[in-house]
Amino acid sequence: MAQAKHDHQEVPSDLALRVKALESVLVEKGLVDPAALDALIDTFEHKVGPRNGARVVARAWTDPAYRQRLLADGGSAIRELGYGGTHGENLVVVENTRHVHNLVVCTLCSCYPWSVLGLPPVWYKSAPYRSRAVIDPRGVLREFGLDLAEDVEVRVWDSTAELRYLVLPERPAATEKLTEDQLAALVTRDAMIGVAKVSP
Amino acid sequence: MNGVHDMGGMHGMGPVEYEDNEPVFHARWEARTFALNCLMRAWKRWNLDRSRHAIERIPAAEYLRMSYYEKWFVGLVGLLLESGLVSRAEIESGAPRAEEAKATPPTTAEQAVATLSRVGSPRRDASVAPQFHRGQPVRARNLNPAGHTRLPRYARGRLGTIDRDHGVFVFPDTHAHFLGEKPQHVYSVRFAARELWGESASPRDAVYVDLWDDYLEPA
Repeated sequence: MAQAKHDHQEVPSDLALRVKALESVLVEKGLVDPAALDALIDTFEHKVGPRNGARVVARAWTDPAYRQRLLADGGSAIRELGYGGTHGENLVVVENTRHVHNLVVCTLCSCYPWSVLGLPPVWYKSAPYRSRAVIDPRGVLREFGLDLAEDVEVRVWDSTAELRYLVLPERPAATEKLTEDQLAALVTRDAMIGVAKVSP
Repeated sequence: MNGVHDMGGMHGMGPVEYEDNEPVFHARWEARTFALNCLMRAWKRWNLDRSRHAIERIPAAEYLRMSYYEKWFVGLVGLLLESGLVSRAEIESGAPRAEEAKATPPTTAEQAVATLSRVGSPRRDASVAPQFHRGQPVRARNLNPAGHTRLPRYARGRLGTIDRDHGVFVFPDTHAHFLGEKPQHVYSVRFAARELWGESASPRDAVYVDLWDDYLEPA
Protein backbone atom coordinates (compact mmCIF):
# COMPACT_ATOMS: atom_id res chain seq x y z
CA MET A 1 0.00 0.00 0.00
CA ALA A 2 1.44 3.35 -1.05
CA GLN A 3 0.85 6.74 0.46
CA ALA A 4 -1.61 8.71 -1.65
CA LYS A 5 0.03 11.24 -3.92
CA HIS A 6 -3.09 13.38 -3.85
CA ASP A 7 -3.53 12.96 -7.58
CA HIS A 8 -7.27 13.15 -7.07
CA GLN A 9 -6.96 16.82 -6.13
CA GLU A 10 -5.28 17.76 -9.38
CA VAL A 11 -8.42 18.25 -11.40
CA PRO A 12 -8.77 20.22 -14.59
CA SER A 13 -8.59 23.82 -13.45
CA ASP A 14 -12.01 24.68 -14.75
CA LEU A 15 -13.87 21.84 -12.99
CA ALA A 16 -14.58 23.86 -9.85
CA LEU A 17 -15.94 26.63 -12.10
CA ARG A 18 -18.08 24.21 -14.08
CA VAL A 19 -19.62 22.83 -10.88
CA LYS A 20 -20.28 26.36 -9.67
CA ALA A 21 -21.94 27.29 -12.98
CA LEU A 22 -24.12 24.18 -12.86
CA GLU A 23 -25.20 24.90 -9.30
CA SER A 24 -26.07 28.50 -10.30
CA VAL A 25 -28.28 27.33 -13.15
CA LEU A 26 -30.05 24.76 -10.98
CA VAL A 27 -30.61 27.27 -8.17
CA GLU A 28 -31.82 30.01 -10.52
CA LYS A 29 -34.23 27.61 -12.17
CA GLY A 30 -35.60 26.68 -8.76
CA LEU A 31 -34.53 23.06 -9.16
CA VAL A 32 -32.47 22.91 -5.97
CA ASP A 33 -32.29 24.83 -2.70
CA PRO A 34 -28.70 25.83 -1.82
CA ALA A 35 -29.55 25.57 1.88
CA ALA A 36 -30.52 21.93 1.30
CA LEU A 37 -27.11 21.34 -0.31
CA ASP A 38 -25.45 22.93 2.74
CA ALA A 39 -27.49 20.76 5.11
CA LEU A 40 -26.59 17.56 3.31
CA ILE A 41 -22.88 18.42 3.20
CA ASP A 42 -22.92 19.36 6.89
CA THR A 43 -24.51 16.00 7.75
CA PHE A 44 -21.82 14.01 5.98
CA GLU A 45 -18.97 16.17 7.21
CA HIS A 46 -20.03 16.34 10.84
CA LYS A 47 -22.83 13.95 11.83
CA VAL A 48 -22.60 10.70 9.88
CA GLY A 49 -19.29 8.87 9.96
CA PRO A 50 -17.35 5.92 11.36
CA ARG A 51 -18.01 6.98 14.96
CA ASN A 52 -21.58 5.74 14.37
CA GLY A 53 -20.32 2.33 13.32
CA ALA A 54 -17.87 2.24 16.24
CA ARG A 55 -20.75 2.70 18.69
CA VAL A 56 -22.61 -0.18 17.05
CA VAL A 57 -19.55 -2.41 17.34
CA ALA A 58 -18.91 -1.50 20.98
CA ARG A 59 -22.53 -2.22 21.87
CA ALA A 60 -22.32 -5.61 20.14
CA TRP A 61 -19.15 -6.43 22.11
CA THR A 62 -20.73 -5.59 25.47
CA ASP A 63 -24.32 -6.79 24.95
CA PRO A 64 -24.65 -10.37 23.63
CA ALA A 65 -28.38 -9.99 22.91
CA TYR A 66 -27.68 -6.86 20.85
CA ARG A 67 -24.93 -8.68 18.99
CA GLN A 68 -27.42 -11.40 18.03
CA ARG A 69 -29.99 -8.84 16.85
CA LEU A 70 -27.28 -7.02 14.87
CA LEU A 71 -26.17 -10.16 13.05
CA ALA A 72 -29.76 -11.24 12.39
CA ASP A 73 -31.03 -7.86 11.13
CA GLY A 74 -28.44 -5.09 10.90
CA GLY A 75 -30.91 -2.42 9.75
CA SER A 76 -33.21 -2.83 12.75
CA ALA A 77 -30.34 -3.08 15.22
CA ILE A 78 -28.65 0.17 14.14
CA ARG A 79 -31.99 1.94 14.31
CA GLU A 80 -32.06 1.07 18.05
CA LEU A 81 -29.01 3.36 18.38
CA GLY A 82 -30.61 6.09 16.27
CA TYR A 83 -28.78 5.33 13.03
CA GLY A 84 -30.43 4.62 9.73
CA GLY A 85 -31.67 6.69 6.85
CA THR A 86 -29.57 6.56 3.67
CA HIS A 87 -30.86 3.03 3.10
CA GLY A 88 -29.52 1.81 6.45
CA GLU A 89 -32.39 -0.71 6.50
CA ASN A 90 -30.40 -2.85 4.08
CA LEU A 91 -27.38 -3.23 6.35
CA VAL A 92 -25.83 -6.67 6.71
CA VAL A 93 -23.29 -7.19 9.51
CA VAL A 94 -20.66 -9.92 9.07
CA GLU A 95 -18.63 -11.07 12.06
CA ASN A 96 -14.91 -11.70 12.24
CA THR A 97 -13.76 -14.60 14.41
CA ARG A 98 -10.49 -16.40 14.98
CA HIS A 99 -11.30 -18.53 11.93
CA VAL A 100 -13.10 -16.09 9.61
CA HIS A 101 -12.01 -12.69 8.30
CA ASN A 102 -14.44 -10.55 6.30
CA LEU A 103 -13.53 -7.85 3.78
CA VAL A 104 -15.95 -5.46 2.02
CA VAL A 105 -15.60 -4.06 -1.51
CA CYS A 106 -17.72 -2.73 -4.35
CA THR A 107 -16.06 -3.84 -7.58
CA LEU A 108 -18.64 -2.14 -9.84
CA CYS A 109 -18.80 1.35 -8.28
CA SER A 110 -18.48 2.59 -4.69
CA CYS A 111 -21.29 1.09 -2.57
CA TYR A 112 -20.54 1.58 1.12
CA PRO A 113 -22.58 1.59 4.37
CA TRP A 114 -23.14 5.37 4.62
CA SER A 115 -25.50 5.04 7.61
CA VAL A 116 -22.75 3.70 9.87
CA LEU A 117 -19.47 4.73 8.19
CA GLY A 118 -20.32 7.94 6.31
CA LEU A 119 -18.79 8.44 2.85
CA PRO A 120 -16.00 6.11 1.70
CA PRO A 121 -12.31 7.07 1.56
CA VAL A 122 -10.70 7.57 -1.86
CA TRP A 123 -8.78 4.28 -1.72
CA TYR A 124 -12.00 2.29 -1.28
CA LYS A 125 -13.40 3.85 -4.47
CA SER A 126 -10.15 3.48 -6.41
CA ALA A 127 -9.38 1.07 -9.25
CA PRO A 128 -6.52 -0.67 -7.38
CA TYR A 129 -8.72 -1.68 -4.42
CA ARG A 130 -11.80 -2.52 -6.49
CA SER A 131 -9.85 -4.69 -8.93
CA ARG A 132 -7.67 -6.54 -6.43
CA ALA A 133 -9.85 -7.10 -3.33
CA VAL A 134 -11.69 -10.03 -4.95
CA ILE A 135 -8.76 -11.76 -6.70
CA ASP A 136 -6.02 -11.14 -4.14
CA PRO A 137 -7.58 -10.24 -0.78
CA ARG A 138 -4.66 -11.61 1.22
CA GLY A 139 -2.20 -9.54 -0.81
CA VAL A 140 -4.27 -6.40 -0.30
CA LEU A 141 -4.55 -7.11 3.43
CA ARG A 142 -0.78 -7.61 3.70
CA GLU A 143 -0.30 -4.14 2.20
CA PHE A 144 -2.57 -2.82 4.94
CA GLY A 145 -0.31 -4.55 7.46
CA LEU A 146 -2.54 -7.55 8.11
CA ASP A 147 -0.94 -10.93 7.47
CA LEU A 148 -3.59 -13.62 7.98
CA ALA A 149 -2.73 -17.21 8.85
CA GLU A 150 -3.47 -19.89 6.25
CA ASP A 151 -6.12 -21.47 8.49
CA VAL A 152 -8.19 -18.27 8.51
CA GLU A 153 -10.98 -18.21 5.90
CA VAL A 154 -11.20 -14.90 4.04
CA ARG A 155 -14.69 -13.91 2.94
CA VAL A 156 -14.89 -11.01 0.51
CA TRP A 157 -18.30 -9.30 0.21
CA ASP A 158 -18.79 -7.63 -3.17
CA SER A 159 -21.58 -5.05 -2.76
CA THR A 160 -23.17 -5.61 -6.16
CA ALA A 161 -26.78 -5.01 -4.99
CA GLU A 162 -28.41 -2.64 -2.48
CA LEU A 163 -27.22 -4.52 0.60
CA ARG A 164 -24.53 -2.70 2.52
CA TYR A 165 -21.92 -4.54 4.55
CA LEU A 166 -20.33 -3.73 7.89
CA VAL A 167 -17.65 -5.90 9.47
CA LEU A 168 -18.02 -6.62 13.17
CA PRO A 169 -14.34 -6.91 14.16
CA GLU A 170 -13.01 -9.21 16.85
CA ARG A 171 -12.84 -7.64 20.28
CA PRO A 172 -9.19 -7.33 21.26
CA ALA A 173 -7.86 -9.29 24.22
CA ALA A 174 -7.45 -7.66 27.63
CA THR A 175 -10.23 -5.12 27.15
CA GLU A 176 -12.62 -6.60 29.72
CA LYS A 177 -12.34 -3.59 32.00
CA LEU A 178 -13.06 -0.98 29.33
CA THR A 179 -16.41 0.77 29.17
CA GLU A 180 -18.55 0.78 26.03
CA ASP A 181 -17.34 4.33 25.25
CA GLN A 182 -13.72 3.33 25.69
CA LEU A 183 -14.23 0.33 23.44
CA ALA A 184 -15.89 2.48 20.77
CA ALA A 185 -12.82 4.74 20.77
CA LEU A 186 -10.66 1.75 19.72
CA VAL A 187 -12.77 0.84 16.70
CA THR A 188 -11.49 2.25 13.40
CA ARG A 189 -13.16 2.74 10.03
CA ASP A 190 -10.63 0.39 8.45
CA ALA A 191 -11.51 -2.41 10.91
CA MET A 192 -15.18 -2.08 9.97
CA ILE A 193 -14.32 -2.38 6.25
CA GLY A 194 -12.14 -5.38 7.08
CA VAL A 195 -8.69 -4.08 6.10
CA ALA A 196 -7.49 -3.89 9.71
CA LYS A 197 -8.01 -5.46 13.13
CA VAL A 198 -8.85 -3.53 16.26
CA SER A 199 -5.83 -3.04 18.51
CA PRO A 200 -6.19 -2.72 22.29
CA MET B 1 -22.26 -3.48 -20.27
CA ASN B 2 -18.79 -4.98 -20.29
CA GLY B 3 -17.29 -1.66 -19.23
CA VAL B 4 -14.06 -0.76 -17.51
CA HIS B 5 -16.09 -0.02 -14.36
CA ASP B 6 -16.50 -3.80 -13.96
CA MET B 7 -12.96 -4.19 -12.66
CA GLY B 8 -13.10 -7.07 -10.19
CA GLY B 9 -10.10 -9.32 -10.86
CA MET B 10 -8.25 -6.99 -13.22
CA HIS B 11 -4.49 -6.48 -12.97
CA GLY B 12 -2.44 -3.40 -13.71
CA MET B 13 -4.31 -0.79 -11.67
CA GLY B 14 -1.35 -0.15 -9.36
CA PRO B 15 -1.03 -0.22 -5.57
CA VAL B 16 -3.76 0.88 -3.18
CA GLU B 17 -2.92 4.46 -2.18
CA TYR B 18 -3.82 5.32 1.40
CA GLU B 19 -4.23 8.81 2.83
CA ASP B 20 -3.94 9.31 6.59
CA ASN B 21 -6.61 11.46 8.22
CA GLU B 22 -8.44 11.83 4.95
CA PRO B 23 -11.10 14.59 4.88
CA VAL B 24 -14.66 13.73 3.81
CA PHE B 25 -14.24 16.03 0.79
CA HIS B 26 -10.96 17.30 -0.68
CA ALA B 27 -12.47 20.46 -2.17
CA ARG B 28 -15.73 22.38 -2.01
CA TRP B 29 -16.66 21.46 -5.58
CA GLU B 30 -16.57 17.79 -4.55
CA ALA B 31 -19.01 18.46 -1.71
CA ARG B 32 -21.32 20.48 -3.99
CA THR B 33 -21.20 17.77 -6.67
CA PHE B 34 -22.07 15.11 -4.10
CA ALA B 35 -25.01 17.07 -2.72
CA LEU B 36 -26.33 18.10 -6.15
CA ASN B 37 -26.37 14.45 -7.21
CA CYS B 38 -28.28 13.42 -4.09
CA LEU B 39 -30.86 16.20 -4.19
CA MET B 40 -31.57 16.28 -7.92
CA ARG B 41 -32.76 12.69 -7.62
CA ALA B 42 -35.76 14.05 -5.68
CA TRP B 43 -37.22 15.17 -9.06
CA LYS B 44 -37.60 11.46 -9.83
CA ARG B 45 -36.62 11.92 -13.48
CA TRP B 46 -34.13 9.10 -13.04
CA ASN B 47 -33.27 6.48 -10.44
CA LEU B 48 -30.15 5.22 -8.71
CA ASP B 49 -29.57 2.52 -11.33
CA ARG B 50 -29.80 5.11 -14.09
CA SER B 51 -27.28 7.36 -12.33
CA ARG B 52 -24.85 4.44 -11.94
CA HIS B 53 -25.27 3.70 -15.64
CA ALA B 54 -24.62 7.36 -16.51
CA ILE B 55 -21.18 7.00 -14.90
CA GLU B 56 -20.51 3.61 -16.53
CA ARG B 57 -21.13 5.15 -19.94
CA ILE B 58 -18.22 7.57 -19.55
CA PRO B 59 -15.70 6.44 -22.21
CA ALA B 60 -13.23 3.96 -20.70
CA ALA B 61 -10.08 6.09 -21.01
CA GLU B 62 -11.89 9.06 -19.44
CA TYR B 63 -13.36 6.86 -16.69
CA LEU B 64 -9.89 5.75 -15.64
CA ARG B 65 -8.41 9.25 -15.81
CA MET B 66 -11.16 11.11 -13.93
CA SER B 67 -11.31 11.53 -10.18
CA TYR B 68 -14.32 10.08 -8.37
CA TYR B 69 -16.37 13.27 -8.10
CA GLU B 70 -15.45 14.35 -11.61
CA LYS B 71 -17.23 11.20 -12.75
CA TRP B 72 -20.21 12.13 -10.56
CA PHE B 73 -20.28 15.58 -12.16
CA VAL B 74 -20.15 14.24 -15.72
CA GLY B 75 -22.81 11.65 -14.85
CA LEU B 76 -25.10 14.32 -13.39
CA VAL B 77 -24.76 16.59 -16.43
CA GLY B 78 -25.70 13.64 -18.65
CA LEU B 79 -28.79 12.91 -16.54
CA LEU B 80 -29.88 16.56 -16.52
CA LEU B 81 -29.57 16.79 -20.29
CA GLU B 82 -31.36 13.51 -21.09
CA SER B 83 -34.15 14.31 -18.65
CA GLY B 84 -34.62 17.77 -20.15
CA LEU B 85 -34.37 19.48 -16.76
CA VAL B 86 -31.50 21.60 -18.11
CA SER B 87 -30.37 22.38 -21.65
CA ARG B 88 -26.83 22.31 -22.98
CA ALA B 89 -27.04 26.05 -23.62
CA GLU B 90 -27.92 26.66 -19.97
CA ILE B 91 -25.03 24.53 -18.75
CA GLU B 92 -22.58 26.24 -21.08
CA SER B 93 -23.77 29.78 -20.32
CA GLY B 94 -24.36 29.22 -16.60
CA ALA B 95 -27.65 31.10 -16.94
CA PRO B 96 -31.24 29.82 -17.23
CA ARG B 97 -33.49 30.39 -20.23
CA ALA B 98 -35.17 33.74 -19.63
CA GLU B 99 -38.72 32.77 -20.59
CA GLU B 100 -39.10 29.92 -18.11
CA ALA B 101 -41.13 30.10 -14.87
CA LYS B 102 -39.07 29.35 -11.78
CA ALA B 103 -39.70 25.94 -10.22
CA THR B 104 -39.93 25.17 -6.51
CA PRO B 105 -37.21 22.86 -5.17
CA PRO B 106 -38.76 19.58 -3.97
CA THR B 107 -36.52 19.46 -0.90
CA THR B 108 -35.88 22.03 1.82
CA ALA B 109 -32.84 22.11 4.08
CA GLU B 110 -34.89 20.47 6.85
CA GLN B 111 -35.92 17.63 4.55
CA ALA B 112 -32.55 17.12 2.86
CA VAL B 113 -31.27 14.16 4.87
CA ALA B 114 -34.67 12.43 5.08
CA THR B 115 -35.06 12.82 1.31
CA LEU B 116 -31.87 10.93 0.78
CA SER B 117 -33.29 7.81 2.40
CA ARG B 118 -36.85 8.18 1.12
CA VAL B 119 -36.17 8.73 -2.57
CA GLY B 120 -35.70 5.58 -4.53
CA SER B 121 -35.52 2.92 -1.84
CA PRO B 122 -34.91 -0.21 -3.93
CA ARG B 123 -36.55 -2.78 -1.62
CA ARG B 124 -40.07 -3.92 -2.53
CA ASP B 125 -42.75 -5.59 -0.40
CA ALA B 126 -44.12 -7.39 -3.46
CA SER B 127 -44.87 -11.06 -2.82
CA VAL B 128 -42.55 -12.58 -5.38
CA ALA B 129 -41.64 -16.23 -4.95
CA PRO B 130 -37.91 -16.93 -4.62
CA GLN B 131 -36.49 -19.09 -7.41
CA PHE B 132 -33.71 -20.48 -5.20
CA HIS B 133 -33.22 -21.46 -1.57
CA ARG B 134 -30.44 -21.32 0.95
CA GLY B 135 -27.78 -23.96 0.38
CA GLN B 136 -28.80 -24.56 -3.24
CA PRO B 137 -26.01 -24.86 -5.81
CA VAL B 138 -26.42 -22.31 -8.60
CA ARG B 139 -24.56 -21.09 -11.64
CA ALA B 140 -24.30 -17.40 -12.53
CA ARG B 141 -25.63 -17.11 -16.05
CA ASN B 142 -23.34 -16.10 -18.91
CA LEU B 143 -25.05 -12.81 -19.73
CA ASN B 144 -23.39 -9.94 -21.59
CA PRO B 145 -25.99 -7.19 -21.87
CA ALA B 146 -24.92 -3.98 -23.60
CA GLY B 147 -26.93 -1.96 -21.05
CA HIS B 148 -26.72 -1.70 -17.26
CA THR B 149 -26.18 -4.83 -15.20
CA ARG B 150 -24.90 -5.66 -11.72
CA LEU B 151 -23.68 -9.13 -12.64
CA PRO B 152 -19.88 -8.76 -12.59
CA ARG B 153 -17.94 -10.47 -15.36
CA TYR B 154 -15.76 -12.47 -12.98
CA ALA B 155 -18.82 -14.35 -11.65
CA ARG B 156 -20.44 -15.21 -15.00
CA GLY B 157 -20.62 -18.92 -15.72
CA ARG B 158 -19.24 -19.77 -12.26
CA LEU B 159 -20.69 -22.23 -9.76
CA GLY B 160 -21.74 -20.97 -6.35
CA THR B 161 -24.08 -21.67 -3.44
CA ILE B 162 -26.97 -19.57 -2.16
CA ASP B 163 -25.77 -18.28 1.22
CA ARG B 164 -28.83 -16.19 2.12
CA ASP B 165 -31.95 -14.63 0.64
CA HIS B 166 -32.13 -10.84 1.18
CA GLY B 167 -35.70 -10.36 -0.01
CA VAL B 168 -37.18 -8.56 -2.99
CA PHE B 169 -35.55 -5.65 -4.83
CA VAL B 170 -36.01 -3.81 -8.11
CA PHE B 171 -34.03 -5.30 -11.00
CA PRO B 172 -31.27 -2.92 -12.17
CA ASP B 173 -31.05 -4.23 -15.75
CA THR B 174 -34.59 -3.04 -16.54
CA HIS B 175 -34.88 -0.25 -13.95
CA ALA B 176 -31.85 1.64 -15.29
CA HIS B 177 -33.48 1.78 -18.72
CA PHE B 178 -36.96 2.78 -17.49
CA LEU B 179 -38.28 -0.65 -18.53
CA GLY B 180 -39.97 -1.47 -15.25
CA GLU B 181 -38.97 -2.60 -11.76
CA LYS B 182 -39.29 -6.35 -12.36
CA PRO B 183 -38.98 -6.99 -8.58
CA GLN B 184 -37.26 -10.24 -7.63
CA HIS B 185 -35.19 -11.86 -4.89
CA VAL B 186 -31.57 -10.96 -4.26
CA TYR B 187 -29.24 -13.53 -2.70
CA SER B 188 -25.70 -13.55 -1.39
CA VAL B 189 -24.08 -16.23 -3.51
CA ARG B 190 -20.88 -17.79 -2.19
CA PHE B 191 -18.24 -18.55 -4.81
CA ALA B 192 -15.13 -20.45 -3.75
CA ALA B 193 -12.02 -18.39 -4.58
CA ARG B 194 -10.67 -21.35 -6.59
CA GLU B 195 -13.86 -21.54 -8.67
CA LEU B 196 -13.32 -17.90 -9.65
CA TRP B 197 -9.54 -17.65 -9.89
CA GLY B 198 -8.16 -21.16 -10.25
CA GLU B 199 -5.72 -23.23 -8.27
CA SER B 200 -3.48 -20.36 -7.22
CA ALA B 201 -6.24 -19.00 -4.95
CA SER B 202 -6.49 -20.04 -1.31
CA PRO B 203 -8.57 -23.22 -0.87
CA ARG B 204 -10.40 -21.68 2.09
CA ASP B 205 -11.36 -18.29 0.74
CA ALA B 206 -14.59 -17.22 -0.91
CA VAL B 207 -16.22 -14.21 -2.57
CA TYR B 208 -19.85 -13.44 -1.83
CA VAL B 209 -21.70 -11.65 -4.65
CA ASP B 210 -25.24 -10.27 -4.34
CA LEU B 211 -27.20 -11.55 -7.33
CA TRP B 212 -30.81 -11.31 -8.52
CA ASP B 213 -32.95 -14.31 -9.60
CA ASP B 214 -32.55 -13.41 -13.27
CA TYR B 215 -28.75 -13.71 -13.01
CA LEU B 216 -28.89 -17.31 -11.78
CA GLU B 217 -29.75 -20.80 -12.96
CA PRO B 218 -29.90 -24.09 -11.03
CA ALA B 219 -26.66 -26.06 -11.11
